[in-house]
Amino acid sequence: MGLLSDPNRRRALISMLTRLNAPICVVCYFAGVAWFMGLAFEPFTLRTYMSENAMGSTMVEERFPAGERALATGREFAAHKKKVGGMPVDWLVKNMQDRGLEVFTQSFSRTLPFPDENKERYIVKGTNVYGILRAPRAPRTEALVLSAPCSPGDGNNQAVGLLLGLAQYFRNQIYWAKDIIFLVNEHDLIGMQAWLEGYHHTNTTGMSWSPLQGRGGSIQAALSLELSSDVITSLDLVLEGLNGQLPNLDLANLFYAFCQKIGVLCTIQGKLQRNDWDSVSGYNHAVQTMMLMVMKQASGRPWGDHGLFLRYHIEAATIKGVNSFRQYKTDATTIGRLLEGMYRKLNNLLERLHQSYFFYLMPSLSHFVSIGYYMPAFGLLAVILLLRALDLWVQLNTPPSTTEDGVADIDQSSPGVLSVLTPLVISHLTGVALYALPIRFQETAVEHFPVSETEAVVLTAIAIYTAGLALPHNTHRLLSGEGTEQGWRVLKLVAVLYLAVLLGCTALINFSLGFILALTLVPLAAFVTPHVPKVLSAFILVILSPACTLLFSVFFFQELQDMPVSFQDGWLLYLSVISQGILDHSLYGSLVYPLIALLVYPCWLLFWNILFWK
Amino acid sequence: MAAHRCSCWSWLLILFSLSVFVVADIHETTPVNDHHGGVDHNAQTAEQTADQPAVEERRWEATEVKEAATVDAAADIQGTSAPETVVPSSVPQPKDDFQEELVIRPLHSGDIYASFQFRTLWDTDFMRENKVSHYRLFPKSLGQVISKFSVRELHISFTQGYWRTMQWGQPFIPSPPGAELWVWFQDSVTDVDATWKELTNVLSGIFCASLNFIDSTNTVQPSASFKPLGIGNVTDHSFLRYATLPREIVCTENLTPWKKLLPCGSKAGLAVLLKSEKLFHSSFHSQAVHIRSVCQDWQCKTTSWELRQTLNSVFDLHNSGQTKREWSLFKMFSRTLTEACPLASSSKLYIDITDNPQGEQFELSPATSLLSQAVVLGDRRTFSVYDLTQETTFGSVRSLNLLIRWKSNEGEMLRPLLHAERYVAGYGLQTGEIHTLMYNNHPYRSFPVLLLDSVPWYLRLYIHTLSVTSKGKDNKPSYIHYEPSKDRVKPHLLEMLIQLPPNSVTEVTVQFERALLKWTEYPPDPNHGFYVGSSVISSLVPSTVAMHTNSTRERPLFSSFFPCKEESSYFVRIYTEPLLVNLPTPDFSMPYNVICLTCTVVAVGYGSLYNLLTRSFQIEEPNPGLAKRIANVIRRMRGVPPL
Repeated sequence: MGLLSDPNRRRALISMLTRLNAPICVVCYFAGVAWFMGLAFEPFTLRTYMSENAMGSTMVEERFPAGERALATGREFAAHKKKVGGMPVDWLVKNMQDRGLEVFTQSFSRTLPFPDENKERYIVKGTNVYGILRAPRAPRTEALVLSAPCSPGDGNNQAVGLLLGLAQYFRNQIYWAKDIIFLVNEHDLIGMQAWLEGYHHTNTTGMSWSPLQGRGGSIQAALSLELSSDVITSLDLVLEGLNGQLPNLDLANLFYAFCQKIGVLCTIQGKLQRNDWDSVSGYNHAVQTMMLMVMKQASGRPWGDHGLFLRYHIEAATIKGVNSFRQYKTDATTIGRLLEGMYRKLNNLLERLHQSYFFYLMPSLSHFVSIGYYMPAFGLLAVILLLRALDLWVQLNTPPSTTEDGVADIDQSSPGVLSVLTPLVISHLTGVALYALPIRFQETAVEHFPVSETEAVVLTAIAIYTAGLALPHNTHRLLSGEGTEQGWRVLKLVAVLYLAVLLGCTALINFSLGFILALTLVPLAAFVTPHVPKVLSAFILVILSPACTLLFSVFFFQELQDMPVSFQDGWLLYLSVISQGILDHSLYGSLVYPLIALLVYPCWLLFWNILFWK
Repeated sequence: MAAHRCSCWSWLLILFSLSVFVVADIHETTPVNDHHGGVDHNAQTAEQTADQPAVEERRWEATEVKEAATVDAAADIQGTSAPETVVPSSVPQPKDDFQEELVIRPLHSGDIYASFQFRTLWDTDFMRENKVSHYRLFPKSLGQVISKFSVRELHISFTQGYWRTMQWGQPFIPSPPGAELWVWFQDSVTDVDATWKELTNVLSGIFCASLNFIDSTNTVQPSASFKPLGIGNVTDHSFLRYATLPREIVCTENLTPWKKLLPCGSKAGLAVLLKSEKLFHSSFHSQAVHIRSVCQDWQCKTTSWELRQTLNSVFDLHNSGQTKREWSLFKMFSRTLTEACPLASSSKLYIDITDNPQGEQFELSPATSLLSQAVVLGDRRTFSVYDLTQETTFGSVRSLNLLIRWKSNEGEMLRPLLHAERYVAGYGLQTGEIHTLMYNNHPYRSFPVLLLDSVPWYLRLYIHTLSVTSKGKDNKPSYIHYEPSKDRVKPHLLEMLIQLPPNSVTEVTVQFERALLKWTEYPPDPNHGFYVGSSVISSLVPSTVAMHTNSTRERPLFSSFFPCKEESSYFVRIYTEPLLVNLPTPDFSMPYNVICLTCTVVAVGYGSLYNLLTRSFQIEEPNPGLAKRIANVIRRMRGVPPL
């Protein structure tokens, strides 16, 4: 540490950093991207392994026999569902009671802030039905959950049938040490949200629900089952939950282990695992899988009913049955056996799942990238911001005076603290408007323009976003006098440090979101000054703004899923993604929309201000 | 008693006296409680007139006071004790006496409830005669414990599982999951805490249980909830200690020492049924030992010690996976009964047939003609009785394998009038909220309950957030006793007397903060969570018999105007489920990483800061040349200042 205390060497180091600032930044950026792309290369990743001893070494036998009967139950359920035109509550209650469960229902209702056009719902009323299988000689302290959403239409009937079949089979077994809750939730995520809030007696989103009558103690793990055909070709594991939270990696390992044992094709992100990692197509495949996970995680929305459990520190995943046109078919008995095996292992747990990783990316189901491996990629991007900040600091210090306390001097020589504070405050006020106004003003918008409520909200949001671009001119009108050379440097220093802190915090919570934002925002933060060509820079700045990042992400996501869309469809998809983001925030408490509106967008506006600095 | 009605039902009286005669003949010790007798005979007459055809081949047995424990427990909520609860008959009896009985009740949920009770009475006083050296039926290990530790009363229970009140109704003897121990000491004990500590360690050895984990952090002194069940009017609760270990797992190693306390061990009598491989194949298992002093005669001049060993278990018939539902002693216990314990003065098997008066629900074989009635937990129940001391009970095969075969499984269970549940609300590892819900299902009567909550110190209760609401309104408790916790020393104790309005749910909520423990205080499995023991709800519940007062049941009008005191309410103690709470837990699996990281941070951060703070900066002179240095040496020698 003599480096810092020796003024000579410190000066040398600083002068090197300022002299080589631009090349170092460029190198860092490309190194970060390269590091990230390297994560999907199989030799650089780790094989998954079971960390939890309670689940690893114990042997369980799977004996579930009644797949056909479960499917018959599923058909019966479908018939009753059609007859009632919704969730057949009475039928479910009776069936669960016959299977020897303690059955309870919970009714809930929720009015959405604006109509959800994807799922065609506005005022949602529903009932959750759940049955608790009480473990013998257990004091109701721990529970496991198996849930199946009861969605409108004829999806997911087989899942409910299999759930009831498993309930019947599980009831006759004596080895249970934890209560098992079989839950059929109506209106998928909204029902799940109501049930979880009821179970934990919290109310984070203003939903109204009737209190639960029966409980099973603290829930240790949960699986959500989605199954829409009698035979399936593969099972897909969905891990991404609310705000990019992931369940413990051991849950994924458990699923993978049982798929291997029973011989079921298993996928993640709908992608099978490939063995040819050394070929280009094999690597491409791994990159696609990982990028899909990154995009899904960055979206911050729950990608299955399991996603809401994670907030309550309950490890959960969704298992989706996929029926594609492969030769290899798996029947319901096999899926039942797989679930039986997983529940028996979870039943053996002595502690919550905690041994394995909570932060990881999966380029395939058998390999993972832990936080220690992917963080350097982000770190390399973030260090650019710090280098730029250092450069600015030095630049601010050198010309007027060489004293140590530069800021005070600058503030005296520049128009004052006002020149920094005004853009900061104004851009944040714009952010607040972007966050609050779209939902507030939907009625006014609907009255004045020929649009639906949903369109009104989305278009208002886009309008406010675009209006923010006109800010620099207005900001300067408020300022006394002309902005100085020092002024924009101070502002940029503040903005760069602000962005560094913001991205750092985001990446800690949701790496994918932090990384994607860093990919686009870091270069613009690095190069923008008032002296670059205005029109070209403005164009680049707009291209790299959060809204355009989202637009590109939509196209990129479709491309990754092998479902490319035309620009027209992509634009519609983009609009619906915005509305879904706003809905996710108000329904489930997703934080991506407020993060973008209240923090990232104002930060980007600061750079926009710098570009148009006069 | 029933003499004034003999003109109408003289045959009934004859029948009755016959039964009394028969019973008294067989057991010298059948307690005859005049007070109760009168009530029950009234009821019997009513019952008998109701089902006259069946009555002819059935005989009635004098009622034993099965609810003794509950009735006198009932007294304690009022703060008075009932001295003459268990009154032995005046017939001269041996110095000690042993009774055994098994009650089997088919539950509405389709399960079978089997409750064993073994009772040893000994007319001795451990306290007065200093040395008791000769033991016959009373186990010596417990006798020594009583005399050494000056125990007035001792109740210990080991339970595996949770009693499902909503499915099974009330148990005869309630107990919380895990281990529970409460002891009243004699006034002569000077250092109660030390004695308690020693006693728990001794009991830990006797019962092969981890009772030695009872220390000051989980011991409380309830002020109102646990009154002595034996004789003596003690109000000073400084001689009471109560502790639960919700984590305790009960298994064979606890059953074996418990069985060894029985006079016949598991060699003869009802105890042969207690085979652990079957007993632990049940939905609920609870074993208990209750020691107290009771009156020797009705004048209560001398006292005797009573040891009650109880074992309750519920068997799950659904588990056996058969379409035809039937139950037999052999199937459940893999043994049949062949004899009574030779040392027992009474050995009986009761089958609850209240819901099956005409045999339409299930069929009992071999059939018995002996019937008995008792008011248990406010409900009048009818039992078929098998007397194991009689040869005829075992029939020609010389073994009794009781068989219940169901014909239909209809019938609604009366909802329990009082039940409760508890859970932790909220998410995250910082704060939370404990919710206790108490349901009063009585249609028109409100009644008070005593709620006892003992919460470990590492959940820091915010007592100002305590709220009691019923029917959406604030329900002010009429009595609150709160002892705050002390970190690492003692738990929170909260006792409240709350009036439950009729047909309502009362919710008690209190917020807490989770403490961060010291790293050595975590158990080996910190991520399992930490247990909070059951809350205890004690109450006098209006009886269902009293609810029937105005019903159309055929009873003499003059007998049914005022509900009798004994029947109007009964004592119930229920336990809520224990809680499993996660505390903030460090990642113990990475101590190496943590140590490395911490050391690096300290070294880099502290080192450089220290360096900057302590180093003195000065402008360095350029090194003088050799000639100058030599010149300076010469100048110094000359005594002039250097260049």
